Amino acid sequence: MDLKLGHYNKDGIEVVDVEGEIDVYTAPRLRELLIDLVNKNNYQLVVNMEKVEFLDSTGLGVLVGGLKRVRAHDGSLDLVCTQERILKIFRITGLTKVFGIHDTVDQAIAAKKSEK
Amino acid sequence: MATVEVTFTPLPAHVRTARLVATAVARRSGVDEALLDEVRLAVGEACSRAVEAHRRHCPAEPVRIEMTDQDERFVVTVSDHAPTAPGRPAPPATASDSAGHDGAVRDGAGHDGDGYDGGSAIPAGFGLAVISGLADDVRVLSTSSGVSVRMSWPSTAGTS
Repeated sequence: MDLKLGHYNKDGIEVVDVEGEIDVYTAPRLRELLIDLVNKNNYQLVVNMEKVEFLDSTGLGVLVGGLKRVRAHDGSLDLVCTQERILKIFRITGLTKVFGIHDTVDQAIAAKKSEK
Repeated sequence: MATVEVTFTPLPAHVRTARLVATAVARRSGVDEALLDEVRLAVGEACSRAVEAHRRHCPAEPVRIEMTDQDERFVVTVSDHAPTAPGRPAPPATASDSAGHDGAVRDGAGHDGDGYDGGSAIPAGFGLAVISGLADDVRVLSTSSGVSVRMSWPSTAGTS
């Protein structure tokens, strides 16, 4: 399955819905979207990965790149993911300590608000 | 002789096809269903690395994957033909040693960073580090004519 991207604003936080496979072929599209959102002054991001079917190191690089960009503006990038096969790659690489990972979009948004 | 051998043009779009083929052959070889996601991810990482190496050094050359049943193991070897350039450090002998040795992979896998803009959001060598976390048997062999990543998982197919 190809990659489908969408985004919307909820309570001042930009939520990015990702569906499909994030790999060496599709990751540049996600990267472009994250860069575009940051360029439009969206520094509080939640990436919803509940419908992601595949994620490799290229995709991880894009997410880490997005995190670096928002942090440069004192923002944050949190993830929504409950799929074990996706979470596994975050655990293998130690990135569970880098990203806030939540079960639902609402939980991610609530966590961001509590940080403020 | 490999059970299945695939060669493909070094384009990112073909990496997904390679993953799908490897997963299908692994399933047919009797790799446990619980391990198929690991096979898919590890083969994808190895192919992504090889594709990037070819795109930089020899875009006309195909990437090769060999899948074999060997001694109750499903063995996948992904080979690139990108020459080891001067100043391009050789990869480690085994990926289990590779997490901190990233010179060759940085050169061979620009995708490891933040997209293709030359950024370095994550350390080079990440792909091989991921593979070493997925497969319990990984060997990375470097020769003057390219790099081969050999990975294996237990299977029930036995010797071919």
